[in-house]
Amino acid sequence: MAEPVVRIENVTMRFGPQAPALRGVSCVVEGGITGLVGPDGAGKTTLIRLMTGLLLPDEGRLSVLGLDTRGDMAPVQAAIGYMPQRFGLYEDLSVAENLDLYADLRGLASSERAEVFERLLSFTDLRRFTGRLAGRLSGGMKQKLGLACALLTKPRLLLLDEPSVGVDPVSRRDLWAMVRELAGDGIGVLWSTAYLDEAEACDRVLLLNAGELLFSGPPADLTRQVDGRVFRLTGVGRGRRAVLAEVLGGRGIVDGVIQGEAIRLVVAEGAQERDAAITEARSRAGVGAEVRPTPPRFEDAFIDMLGGGPGGRSQLAEASPMRAAGGDEAVIEARGLTKRFGDFTAADDISFSIPRGQIFGLLGPNGAGKSTTFKMLCGLLKPTSGEGRVAGFDLRRESAEARNQLGYMAQKFSLYGDLSVDQNLAFFAGAYGLAGPRRRERIALMKEVFALSPQSGISAKDLPLGFKQRLALACAVMHDPAALFLDEPTSGVDPVTRREFWTHINGLVEKGVTVLVTTHFMDEAEYCDRIALIYRGRAIALGSPDALRASVACPERPDPTMEDAFIALIERSRLVEAA
Amino acid sequence: MTSKGNSTDRTGRLRRLGALVRKEALQIVRDPSSILIAFVLPFILIFLFGYGVSLDTTRTRIGLVVEETTPSAQDLAASFRASRYFDVIDGHDRREFEEALVLGRVRGIVVIPSTFATDLAGRRPAAIQVLVDGAEPNTASFVQNYARGVVATWAAVRASETASAPVGIAVEQRFWFNPELASRYFLVPGAIAIVMTLVGTLLTSLVIAREWERGTMEALMATPVSAAELLMGKILPYFVLALAAMTLCVGLAVFLFGVPFRGSLVALYGLSAAFLMPALGQGLLISAVTKNQFLASQLALMSGFLPAFLLSGFLFEINSMPGPIRWLTLIVPARYLIPSLQSVFLAGDIWSMFLPAIAVMAGMGLVLFALAARNTAKRIA
Repeated sequence: MAEPVVRIENVTMRFGPQAPALRGVSCVVEGGITGLVGPDGAGKTTLIRLMTGLLLPDEGRLSVLGLDTRGDMAPVQAAIGYMPQRFGLYEDLSVAENLDLYADLRGLASSERAEVFERLLSFTDLRRFTGRLAGRLSGGMKQKLGLACALLTKPRLLLLDEPSVGVDPVSRRDLWAMVRELAGDGIGVLWSTAYLDEAEACDRVLLLNAGELLFSGPPADLTRQVDGRVFRLTGVGRGRRAVLAEVLGGRGIVDGVIQGEAIRLVVAEGAQERDAAITEARSRAGVGAEVRPTPPRFEDAFIDMLGGGPGGRSQLAEASPMRAAGGDEAVIEARGLTKRFGDFTAADDISFSIPRGQIFGLLGPNGAGKSTTFKMLCGLLKPTSGEGRVAGFDLRRESAEARNQLGYMAQKFSLYGDLSVDQNLAFFAGAYGLAGPRRRERIALMKEVFALSPQSGISAKDLPLGFKQRLALACAVMHDPAALFLDEPTSGVDPVTRREFWTHINGLVEKGVTVLVTTHFMDEAEYCDRIALIYRGRAIALGSPDALRASVACPERPDPTMEDAFIALIERSRLVEAA
Repeated sequence: MTSKGNSTDRTGRLRRLGALVRKEALQIVRDPSSILIAFVLPFILIFLFGYGVSLDTTRTRIGLVVEETTPSAQDLAASFRASRYFDVIDGHDRREFEEALVLGRVRGIVVIPSTFATDLAGRRPAAIQVLVDGAEPNTASFVQNYARGVVATWAAVRASETASAPVGIAVEQRFWFNPELASRYFLVPGAIAIVMTLVGTLLTSLVIAREWERGTMEALMATPVSAAELLMGKILPYFVLALAAMTLCVGLAVFLFGVPFRGSLVALYGLSAAFLMPALGQGLLISAVTKNQFLASQLALMSGFLPAFLLSGFLFEINSMPGPIRWLTLIVPARYLIPSLQSVFLAGDIWSMFLPAIAVMAGMGLVLFALAARNTAKRIA
């Protein structure tokens, strides 16, 4: 193919008076899978919409399948499969009705229909659910149906806008395998994602930041830029959070994250800087610490390209009082928590306890019972049997006392969209009973820590996603709670903002706050002290990230990733159940 | 455009349109709020106007002052007392009732003056006086009209008894078509306009705004569907739904409340279809501009529902509105529908009245459709 699938020449796009959403972007999309990555608000969705012809560029030109998007797009749109961020499904239509609708709209001949449906339904494993309303499918199933609708008339270009947000690792892996198979058939695929492990597996990557294209090429080329600059710091033991915070403050450290018991570091370019940074990091980590080079990942290079992570200092944690260590009694405790809805058991006899100053992660596929367990523990849902305790208070009998001790950040944006940043903060301060100078003090601190002052008059719903999440966290920690409940706090958030988040969480935990978190990001699971893997309502595994990884290690896979562990443990549970 | 022939293009278009209409129909059937607006609301409105809201003044209390004792004056007074519309309190001087009228204890004062018998005998126009509270114009006009009715009946009876030509009494008015003055007969066409406005404007604007909010519009637009097909795919189902709701209204009114239906079904459906053009056009335009359910519902209520209620002549007489408001009613489609529908029910087909109304409504509809189509170009921003 001489002509690429999409050719973008010097495209600029503006919305209103702000900085342009895209600035002078030139690139091509060819066959195979092209990953589109970048922080929130980088212009990824705008670029995809330009390719569908739903938007026209202010400057420059795009040609899709050889046709300019300014012309008649109908023939191009017939050859494009597009899956928007929310999948574009009609929730009150069944799976079969959605397929029928898009088959008619895309002009799929009736003679081919039976065969195409058959192929797509078995491809997506949705055959058992053809009669079910799309609104009642799980996130992973919706995503597959969205893909099936985009694939009805075999497109030449497939555009997927963040298809994997909020979807569990098993479904993500299924989807990836499907798209990989399509790319093998010569379809050009553009896959926008916040998951950098997905980007790493793409044939080519486009990296956008603030409307500018920073990189275009195979991901390995980008990863190569940090060759020899990535290290693992081991032997830091329990104090790894404090060590990370300190190390990140050192000179020449570009990025650092926690991986189980170890710390992963990316250092600055240049032999001298590198050696100085490593020596400093080792001395900060204390006796017994070891630094070993490790193969770089795409994410290391991504953060490096964007100018490094946000640093390790958490002003929020610095302003929080140290909680006196009061023995080893649990701050959050689940004792045989069970929840039934009719004859469906959403959570079955779940027990664990979280000591003061630890992070506990709840992981599991969509619909496994994570959120049910989570909601019972923060008093939003009444258990059918069993009990939950927070800071020593029984959630059933002393729920008011228990709730005063906890801060909650919901999965979906749960602030008042029509209230300004200031008004939201004032409201939550009031809701938590803060008054007088303490109220003023805490609100001022939240605005300073999360850099919200410039936005203080803006309605919460108009904030960029990263700032919405910051405001939500600010409202959850405003009253300095002993226990923090975070339900997918970083869903859809880019890697840089996620690091900033975890800096705060780590800092608070060091001050003795106890955290319960759910997440679909496996790299975030690494921050946890312990993890419970929930599947079909039961806790099928419980242990530290290192222990869970070790439990699935085998000769073919001596060093499994967290995602490998997640998938292997679920497979194992399926086999046991089948037997 | 492409190498495909015209016929393939046409079948493609028809199939896409068919798919959109089928999708919309399934959504209507599954969405409780559509069913509520299209089928439950007509019941509520018709029952409300049938039983609850009545603009009729049955057994209104009035003061009756008879200033002379002649047989004819007493006879007329007896007619007032016997009327089933009035609850009469007798008095000797109108001043006795002034305070009661101000306080609303009586709704009017009827005075049979001392000159009544003389005038009648002298074949001069005999007058009686009706005093009403102008602050309540509806009640006032009913009292006035009923009083006229009583007098007219009395005069007719008297004329037939005395076998002489009816004498001149200052009552000229006759009530054609609705001699019982049952206001429900007038209210039914208004209720139909309201229901069709709700389905055509409110429901339509809501469902399109919902597609924007849920992101399905974006997915539709990225398919080969054209803007015209998208619009037609919305218009056709809601057009049919609105006509079904209208049919339900008419059925209830005619069979349950015995409202007469003197015109033809052709006129009924022709007028309704013409009215739906601006109603649907307005709904499409609102949703194309707002793309937000909350805003769309506010706009639809303000610009569709309230004018149909207040400025259409349904509740308030257009002729008694101040000039500027009267001109404003000229752009309210319901204003053209309601008088014509009243004729269909109470008088019969008067095509010389219907055709101009249909033409005006269809013209408004075409303008709104054109505006909506311009705002629904297949681009997102």
